[in-house]
Amino acid sequence: MEEEHNKVTLHGVLNSTFTKRVEFALKVKGIPYEFVVENLTNKSPLLLKYNPVHKKVPVLVHNAKPICESLIILEYIDEAWKNGAKLLPKDSYIRAQVRFWISYIQQQMFEAMTLVVSTDGETQEKAIKELYEKFEVLEKGMKDLFPNGTFDGKNVGFLDIIMCSVFGPYKVQEQVLGIKVIDQERNPIIFSWVTALNELPLVKEITPPHEELVAVLQTFRNFSLNLAMLDHLIAIKVCVLCSSC
Amino acid sequence: MGEEVKVFRTWSSPFALRVVWALDLKGIKYETIYEDLSNKSPLLLQYNPIHKKVPVLLHNSKPIAESLVILEYIEDTWKHRPLLPQDPHQRANARFWIKFGEDKVFPAVRDSLLKQGKEQEEAHEAALESFKLLEEELKGKKLFGGEEIGMVDIALGWLANLVSVLEEVLVLKFIDEHKFPLLSAWMRLFADIPVIKQSWPPRDKLVTKYIAIREARLATN
Repeated sequence: MEEEHNKVTLHGVLNSTFTKRVEFALKVKGIPYEFVVENLTNKSPLLLKYNPVHKKVPVLVHNAKPICESLIILEYIDEAWKNGAKLLPKDSYIRAQVRFWISYIQQQMFEAMTLVVSTDGETQEKAIKELYEKFEVLEKGMKDLFPNGTFDGKNVGFLDIIMCSVFGPYKVQEQVLGIKVIDQERNPIIFSWVTALNELPLVKEITPPHEELVAVLQTFRNFSLNLAMLDHLIAIKVCVLCSSC
Repeated sequence: MGEEVKVFRTWSSPFALRVVWALDLKGIKYETIYEDLSNKSPLLLQYNPIHKKVPVLLHNSKPIAESLVILEYIEDTWKHRPLLPQDPHQRANARFWIKFGEDKVFPAVRDSLLKQGKEQEEAHEAALESFKLLEEELKGKKLFGGEEIGMVDIALGWLANLVSVLEEVLVLKFIDEHKFPLLSAWMRLFADIPVIKQSWPPRDKLVTKYIAIREARLATN
């Protein structure tokens, strides 16, 4: 009875940055869990019951109650399991700055990266420029917030988890895109931060093989570019129809 | 030991109002600095160099930007009169609805203001869909926070004031009393709470502001 009550289940998919970050957090806190692989093209009744609003993964189920949205799940994990490693800093000002930068990485940088991956030509060039600018901002931000270093090699926090989930696979991104994503000379702090995170046994444990991630990202890029072409073709066809009336 | 608290805001920013409400509900004294966003002060640019926006909270000379980050900071720092529940699962639920407001409700309403034609129709539809979910969430409660205002009410509070303004500006209904009885009741209740009521910007100025924003945006399209 008690075992069922404390049971932790993670509903997710295998190659998603969002699912990965929850796995990372659970492992950092040493929380045992069951992983349920969801098929997003054929969503399980359980998933629809646990996340009726968004119908997405990841969903964490604890004590039979669901928690949705990866960042919210991470906060929940930190608050529900009070013993052991804390994911958020104790000091409320530094905590606020960490929240600020998590929001920046997720909303500004992840969105910028998605644009780079899903476009080409001039649109992509512009997106790449913006991405590099945001890396500059993050570099300075981390330097100011953590003058003694972003990561001590041991104590993984919320910000490390998010950074790792979005830019940990930067070599995959570089291979698919044919551009530099994290330049050691331009962004030395970010480079050494991500390198140190990628060397953690925990990270290696939950990261799929490089070639697998390359294939996933390439598929996503191809799909996005084809969609864009399709939109363009539809637009042209409409113009042709109009001009023939 | 004096605690120096300052709020950088504009007369009308709905995001800045969230910070004002949280501080007022907790009875925290602060100084207000009004910004003119067409002529940002050097201090604002110093305290929020990345986004250059309001609100910014300054606490003992340390700045915090982004209204939702500020709300969590206020909650972490001044623990009396809590705005979030104690239970972790209920806290997660509150944060879920705050995020829903930011990701779904606000963009749909904003796009209803800034777009026209089919795009405006789609935005308006999306807004109505999002209101249905808020209506569901209010079942059995008078406020999102239960008996007292919580962080979700604060985060969504802009609806209680701006919806009727935008309905006038756009001649478009958003929250029909018959379709959304609970949400309508929440808006009336929230808007009338003394701490909230005293903070509303002048309505006629808001109407003028949003008409101007829409006209400017449509002119550039």
